[in-house]
Amino acid sequence: MSLLEVSGLHAAYGPVRVLHGLDFVVDEGEIVVILGANGAGKTTTLRSLSGTIPVDGEVRFDGAPIAGRKPEDIVRLGMAHVPQGRGTFMDLSVDDNLRLGGYTRPVSEVEEDKAHWYEVFPRLAERRDQAAGSMSGGEQQMLAVARALMCRPRLLLCDEPSLGLAPLVVREVFERLAEVNQRSGTAVLLVEQNANLALGIASRAYVLENGSIVMSGSADELSEDEAIRRAYLGM
Amino acid sequence: MELFLQRLIDGLAVGAIYASLALGLVIIYRSSGLINFAQGEMAMFTTYLAWMLVDNGLSVWLATSAAMVFGFVLGVLVERLLIAQFSGPKESPLAIVIVTIGLFLFFNGLAPWIWGTEGKSFPNLFGTGSVDLGGVTIKVQTLGIVGVLLAEVVLFYLMFQHTKLGLSLRAVASNRESSRLVGLRVGSILAVGWGIAAMVGALSGTFVASRIDLTQNLMQVVLIYAFAAATLGGFDSPVGAVVGGIIIGVVEQMAQYVDLFDGFTLLPVFLLILVVLLVRPQGLFGRAEVSRV
Repeated sequence: MSLLEVSGLHAAYGPVRVLHGLDFVVDEGEIVVILGANGAGKTTTLRSLSGTIPVDGEVRFDGAPIAGRKPEDIVRLGMAHVPQGRGTFMDLSVDDNLRLGGYTRPVSEVEEDKAHWYEVFPRLAERRDQAAGSMSGGEQQMLAVARALMCRPRLLLCDEPSLGLAPLVVREVFERLAEVNQRSGTAVLLVEQNANLALGIASRAYVLENGSIVMSGSADELSEDEAIRRAYLGM
Repeated sequence: MELFLQRLIDGLAVGAIYASLALGLVIIYRSSGLINFAQGEMAMFTTYLAWMLVDNGLSVWLATSAAMVFGFVLGVLVERLLIAQFSGPKESPLAIVIVTIGLFLFFNGLAPWIWGTEGKSFPNLFGTGSVDLGGVTIKVQTLGIVGVLLAEVVLFYLMFQHTKLGLSLRAVASNRESSRLVGLRVGSILAVGWGIAAMVGALSGTFVASRIDLTQNLMQVVLIYAFAAATLGGFDSPVGAVVGGIIIGVVEQMAQYVDLFDGFTLLPVFLLILVVLLVRPQGLFGRAEVSRV
């Protein structure tokens, strides 16, 4: 049994159907990337997993069906979502953002975890009392990841962490994601346009086009694939 | 000089009452981005409930405490049963404005229907005594009201900054979708916010009723001053609500003292607000958006 099993996932915004029956899995501890261009349905996929939008189809997390459950319940099961645009609590301090990330956990653990993530992300420690919205995009992305990890998730959903960041910063964000995955064993489901870096840290990948999965395989296989190289790697 | 001090302290007490109601407005605005036009009428209604208890022989302190509990329950119910029903993503925020105006009319009509239109007198929480401070006679009531407001402010500060409830109220105000993603039950938190707002409103209602007759129109003028206080201080700032309330109370009383305005004591108050808003549109303590993309 995989940690996350999705079959026949459909989603729509009103009359506009966006996802047309996706099937994919994420295993315990692995990094999986869903590649896709703008409008392919990447964000919608993650939003339907975390319960932010209504869905049709089957989503099993750790064996239990979660389709149709509310986001505040799904996070308690151990699935954390870093939304597109990072979802930072802009006018709250960095420290408050992290405390909120640990909202579902006992207070004693929250303090411990905060100290841990401050060690992993020293830039956040320097800015702990600063309003989160006043930090740079890269710092905010780190904060969003750290905040999501505060709930000690078994699966981290990450929506285009590269969006709007300078190439060097993007590289750092991906390195950190890989590091976190290795250290804590948290599985990561990443949706990205930046295939190069994403395939570099992922073990497997799916390619999403117009709301359907058109290709899947190991990250190595896909980075060798001619069509992928042309469409997403710019080669 | 004595008269000056007298007016100053009166101004503090009156301002404390405005501030208390303004605090309620600010709490709701911060957590849900809404303005509750029925804030004053809900306070009036709970004050009537307190009056009934006093009328049946309960002590003023107990009755006031009970009014605050009623207020909390009323706030929670109003949010859950009414406001939440109009808060879907497809609803216009205007719908809620209309709902709160409807609530205003509802309570304003319900109160005389239950208790009649004749004014009731509500006893004073701090008795009728007065103290002499260097030639200035100050009512114990005045000091009491100022003291209660100070306690309220300290408690609110501690609640907002140092409790999990306060953190979740600030989070919901800041980003509702992210709040759900980290596991906050947004609906319950908003309801608690409305409860707390109605609770402090109830307190200010009993204070007003101890100064003027209790009728269904008890809070109408106070509500306008409370709006002015929140606007002056910044609608998203609890500190601003308090400072705004105090400034308005003091300026109003001082205008009577200098007697330049021929009884139009509101004139300097609103001139001041106008000037502040021209210079700082977000109010004295309101926050302009800080963000870097």
